Amino acid sequence: MRGAVLAIGIGIVTVVLVAIGTIWPIPSAIYFAGSGNGNVLRAPSAPEDAIQNLGIRIRLHQLPAAYNSLANKAEFTESDFDQDVTGFYTSLRTQATLESVDAQPLHQSDDQADMRVRFHWITVLGPYDDTRDIQVVRNGNRWQVDWPLVRRPSVPAQVIPVNYLRWDVIYSGSTDEWGSQNVAGPNVRIVDMRPVNRAEGVYVLGELLNNDVVPAWVDVRATLVGKDGNILGREDSFDMISHRLLPKQVTPFRIHFPNVDLSQVASIRMHPESILISASADPVVEILNQKYNVQPIASLTGQLSDQSGQTVNFAHVLSTFYDSNGNVVWVSDRYIGRALLPQSPVDFTVAVPEDLARKISSERTIVATYSPKGVEL
Amino acid sequence: MSLVRCLLLAGSALVASPFLLAQSLSMNLPARVAAGSAFSVPTSGSGPGTLTIVGPGQALRRNVQLGSAVALAAGVLYNAGEYVAILSDGSDSQIGLFEVTAAQQPSTLSFLAEPSRLPVDLQNGISGTVYLFDVYHNLIVSPMPVSFDLSASSGPSQTRTVTTRYGVGWTRMNSAPKEGSAHFVAHAGDVSSTRVIDEVPGDPCNLSMTATPDGVKAKLQTAPVRDCSGNPVPDGTVVTFTASYNGMQSTVDVPLKKDIAQVEMPVPHGATISVASGVVAGNQIRWSGQ
Repeated sequence: MRGAVLAIGIGIVTVVLVAIGTIWPIPSAIYFAGSGNGNVLRAPSAPEDAIQNLGIRIRLHQLPAAYNSLANKAEFTESDFDQDVTGFYTSLRTQATLESVDAQPLHQSDDQADMRVRFHWITVLGPYDDTRDIQVVRNGNRWQVDWPLVRRPSVPAQVIPVNYLRWDVIYSGSTDEWGSQNVAGPNVRIVDMRPVNRAEGVYVLGELLNNDVVPAWVDVRATLVGKDGNILGREDSFDMISHRLLPKQVTPFRIHFPNVDLSQVASIRMHPESILISASADPVVEILNQKYNVQPIASLTGQLSDQSGQTVNFAHVLSTFYDSNGNVVWVSDRYIGRALLPQSPVDFTVAVPEDLARKISSERTIVATYSPKGVEL
Repeated sequence: MSLVRCLLLAGSALVASPFLLAQSLSMNLPARVAAGSAFSVPTSGSGPGTLTIVGPGQALRRNVQLGSAVALAAGVLYNAGEYVAILSDGSDSQIGLFEVTAAQQPSTLSFLAEPSRLPVDLQNGISGTVYLFDVYHNLIVSPMPVSFDLSASSGPSQTRTVTTRYGVGWTRMNSAPKEGSAHFVAHAGDVSSTRVIDEVPGDPCNLSMTATPDGVKAKLQTAPVRDCSGNPVPDGTVVTFTASYNGMQSTVDVPLKKDIAQVEMPVPHGATISVASGVVAGNQIRWSGQ
C-alpha cells in the first residue's frame, strides 16, 4: 500500500515538474532544445515562418531538406539549389556560414507574399549580406518558398588571349658580397588623408598612389598622438585597402581607432609601407553602371565584369566617397560572395552610413582580386 | 701615441714585470708592416728564446735563436691593427709594439649605389659610395683615388674622380634625360664593381585617348603614353577610363601594353568619357556613338 502511494506521488511530482519546465523553461534548457540558437523549426503557417525555416535548414547545412521544402523545386534540381546556395566555384560563399535571415514583407495576399530577404553570412573576412526578393506561396495550410534560383553562369567556349605584363623579382642572395645592390622598394605616397570623428571612434581616410613603375604590396599605418604627447593608438588599414598596387594605381584606405575622440588628437603620423612583389597586370575587371543611391538605403550599386579569361575567386570592392569640394568623406568596401566568371557581370552593393549620405557628391571605386593557385574553372 | 697603444704597453709591462730589470735582450721591430708581407725581426742575446706576437684576431709564438733575425713569412700577419711582440729567454724579456697596415693595393671594393631605380633627369639623384679593401679584407684607410663612371644607354657618360677618406669615397650623379638601364662603375686601382641603375620615365604627360564604336560597346584607346621628356611610360602602368552618364559611371583600370591602354566597354550615348593615370588627368570625350 505504502509503495503504491509513493509511486503515485512520484508520478504526480514528475508530471508537475515536466509541465513547469515546459511552460517556464530555464534559459539553458531553451538553448539545448535549439531555440536559443534559433534553430527550432516552426510550423510554416505564415510567410515569415517559411523563410525562417529555410534559413535554419541552410544554416544547419540540411540542403536536401531545404530543397524539399521549396514550392518550385520541380523547376530545378537539388544540385542546382546546392550550387546556388554554396557558390558555383571557390569563392567567399563556399567558405561562408549563414548567421541569420531577415525578411521584410513587400506585398502579401491570402495565397502569396513577396518578401525582401536579407541573408546575413559570416566569413573569415567578416560578414556580408545577400539580399533577394523571394515569393512565398500558400499550399493548403502551409506556406512554401518559391526559390529565385540563380543559375550557374554559362561561359561560351572560347580562347581569350591574355598577354598583359608580369613582373618577377629576384632579390640579392644571402651569399652576395657586402654592399651588393638590391632592388629598391616601390615609391608610394599618400595623395589624400583626412581624419573623421564618428561615434565608434576616429577614422583616418585617404588614398595611396603607387608612384613607381613596379608593382607594390602596400599598407598604411597611422599613429595618433594626444595633446600631452602620449600615443593614443597605432592601427593599420588591415583589409580596408587594396594591398596590391600596380604602377600609377591608387587605392583608398581607412584606418579605425576605436574609443578615441578626435578632440583628444594633436597630430597623426602616417606610415605608408611598400614592398616590391611579383605580380601580373591581369585580370582586368570593369566596374560598370556605378550608381550612388541616397534613398531608400544609402549605397553604391554596380556590376563587376571580369574581362580576362580566368576566374576571379575572390573580389573586394573598395569605394571612396567625396563631397562637393573633392574631400574624402568616407571609404567603404564590400566582398563579393561569388566568383567572377569571364565576362559574366556580378552585382555589388557598397553600403554608406546614412548620416553621410547627403554629403556625398562623387565616388571612385576599385576592385582588388585574388585567385589562389590551383583553383580552376 | 694613442690611448690604446699606451694601454697595450702598460698591460704588457705588467705581464712582463718580473723581467723588466734585465736588459740583455733586445729586438728591432719595424714600426709599420703591410698586411700579409714578409718581414724579419733582428734580435740580440744568446741561446734559445721565444717570440710571442699578439694582435687583432691573431696570436702566434715562435721558438727563436737569440742573436739572429726572426723571419716572418708572407701571409703570417694579415689583420690590420696594433700588435704587441714579446721576446723572452726564460729569465728576461723585451716588449715592443708595431702596426700592421692594410696593403696599398685594393683587392675588393664594396660599392653601394642608391637607388636602384629613379626617374629620368633628376639632379644628384644617384649616390655611389665605395669602401676599399685589400686582399685580406682590411679597410684601406690611406687616401686613394676612386673613379665613378655612369654610362646611360643613350647620351654622354658622367665621370667623377674622388679621393677616399678613411677608406670611403663617395659621389653623386644625375640621372639621364632618356630612360633605360645605366651602368654605374666604380674603379680603384685594378679593381672595379658595376651596378645597374634603372632610369625610368616620369609621370605620363599629355595623356589623350580616342573612342570609336565597336558593336554595342565603345573601344577606348590612348595614344602612346609618354612622359614629359618623350620617354614611353612602362608597360603595366595603370590607366583609368571613366564613363559618366545620368548620375552613373563605369570605370576600368587598364594596364598599358605596348605603350597603349585600350578597353571595350558599354558606354551610353551622351556619356562623358575621361582618362587618367595616377594623379595625371587626360582628355575628355562626349560620346555620341560615332
